[in-house]
Amino acid sequence: MTNQQTAETSTVPIIEIENMHKWFGQFHVLRDINLKVNKGERFVICGPSGSGKSTLIRCINRLEDHQQGRIAVDGTELTDDLKNIETIRREVGMVFQHFNLFPHLTILDNLVLAPLWVRKMPKSEAEEIAMRYLERVKIPEQAAKYPGQLSGGQQQRVAIARALCMNPKIMLFDEPTSALDPEMIKEVLDVMIELAEEGMTMLCVTHEMGFAKTVANEVIFMDEGQIVEKAEPDTFFNKPKSDRTRQFLSQILTH
Amino acid sequence: MSQPGVTMEFKMHPELPPPAMTVGVVGWFRQNLFSSLANTILTLVAVYMLYITLVPLIQWAFIDSNWAGTSRDDCTGGGACWVFIVKRLDQFIYGFYPEAERWRVQLSFALLAALCVPLFVKRLPKKVWLGAFLLFVYPVLAFFLLYGGPFGLQVIATDQWGGLMLTLVLSSVGMVASLPIGILLALGRRSTMPIVRTFCVAFIELWRGVPLITVLFMSSVMLPLFFPEGVTLDKLVRALIGITLFESAYMAEVVRGGLQAIPKGQYEAAKALGLNFWKSMALIVMPQALKLVIPGIVNTFIALFKDTTLVIIIGLFDILGAVEAAIKDPSWLGYAIEGYVFAALVFWIFCYGMSRYSQALERKLSTGHTQ
Repeated sequence: MTNQQTAETSTVPIIEIENMHKWFGQFHVLRDINLKVNKGERFVICGPSGSGKSTLIRCINRLEDHQQGRIAVDGTELTDDLKNIETIRREVGMVFQHFNLFPHLTILDNLVLAPLWVRKMPKSEAEEIAMRYLERVKIPEQAAKYPGQLSGGQQQRVAIARALCMNPKIMLFDEPTSALDPEMIKEVLDVMIELAEEGMTMLCVTHEMGFAKTVANEVIFMDEGQIVEKAEPDTFFNKPKSDRTRQFLSQILTH
Repeated sequence: MSQPGVTMEFKMHPELPPPAMTVGVVGWFRQNLFSSLANTILTLVAVYMLYITLVPLIQWAFIDSNWAGTSRDDCTGGGACWVFIVKRLDQFIYGFYPEAERWRVQLSFALLAALCVPLFVKRLPKKVWLGAFLLFVYPVLAFFLLYGGPFGLQVIATDQWGGLMLTLVLSSVGMVASLPIGILLALGRRSTMPIVRTFCVAFIELWRGVPLITVLFMSSVMLPLFFPEGVTLDKLVRALIGITLFESAYMAEVVRGGLQAIPKGQYEAAKALGLNFWKSMALIVMPQALKLVIPGIVNTFIALFKDTTLVIIIGLFDILGAVEAAIKDPSWLGYAIEGYVFAALVFWIFCYGMSRYSQALERKLSTGHTQ
């Protein structure tokens, strides 16, 4: 399965990060990040909390700005230019730890909002697409409800569908299962695995190592704002090069 | 998990009704009025207080009162002399608006009522358009109806406006204009652009730091001094501008409270979907923030409605001003209580109406989500 997936990926870089640094005030959160993601590749980013992994993927759609170095997404370089930022955000979907659905809108309205107002899609078309994605995440019957009436797992699946409605080229996942009850993690991971099998370019910050083994092309381990190790899952889990990685793996894999 | 050979069967406990003494009318009385000896005493004292205040009030206002007649000689009951109110009602409602033209005020009131009623109908399609008409077209219509000008309507200068009509004009213009200005100020105060933020902070703090009376005085006495020779601005318009700017500073702080309650994740989710600043504010943040601060907004509206009575100091006669003028009429001396009770009742009806509407709105907009 892994081989087959590798064959699908291309060698066109869709995300390029070169010598990128970021500071929060005096605090140097990201240090000399270099990363190339090709179209169709799936990266899993892991590391201890405070290692800068969330900040890294939030830099890719400019929820955080970087102070040094270069980030280019789909050929557009991220600068202070709002036009560029909005162009990139249209092409990059993001799923958050706490879902961040819009509580004042129904599920369907959550899904059609961006296609209507950003893509200027006609309402009937947007609703048709939204229903298609709701069926894909297996909750079309919840379309008329409000986010507050859904379980955590359902809300996160809606959040994934909402991002997909914009037909993004890249999906960013920021610890999508960390806020879920254990019995709901699987339903969300299943949707993500399905998405990966369809060839979506994905960057996923997660501690779900099973997920990393199943779908990742590359696993990245970060610590103290740096990329410590980057390897294919097989190598990463069985023959990690750095001591720090080994130590981290022993901590999360023992329980 | 279970040991072989041993099976446990799960049995549902039957659903039982609650004990009889805790539900129904008896239960309610026991729980709320007579739950302990102290509460029983409090209940009895409260009932007695109601008895000694309400009975004389009802006696005065209804049983011993006079309603019909033409002059004070008809007030023979010893209670309230409502004849005074009935005789002067037109003045209380229209001020000095010429009698022959009062149909124009009535028409604009009726139009407003007719436009508002459908807003309360649930699931009416195209409600947005009705609301937009009410906000943008109706004020223009009402202005020409009340002030006159086109269609051969006689011009009624604003110094002839008065009474309840003036109160409603002042408060409705103040409400409709101060909310959007307040929203912009609140957004500006949270802006990262230093010039915008400084301007908004300065504006809000300046207007909040000054009493409304001062604002009204300034608008009527000082402002004309700054105008070039020959330029005049209607006194009512000046008062309206003063009230609107004053209230918008308060509104800004109410709205800012709502904005601060919206989690950062909402802003981020809107950004991540590619919505620009104005769209994410209009579609995501404001609908939630305004919903949260409905009580605060209505509170400000109610305060504004009552504050309009202050215009009496610049010579505009709102409903309270009209009542006060009527009290001083020698032929009705001694009926001040009736006048003030009437004015208070009118204010209470409007304020309580607003309060009820806001509660209904909160219930309607509730989506069962507290994040």
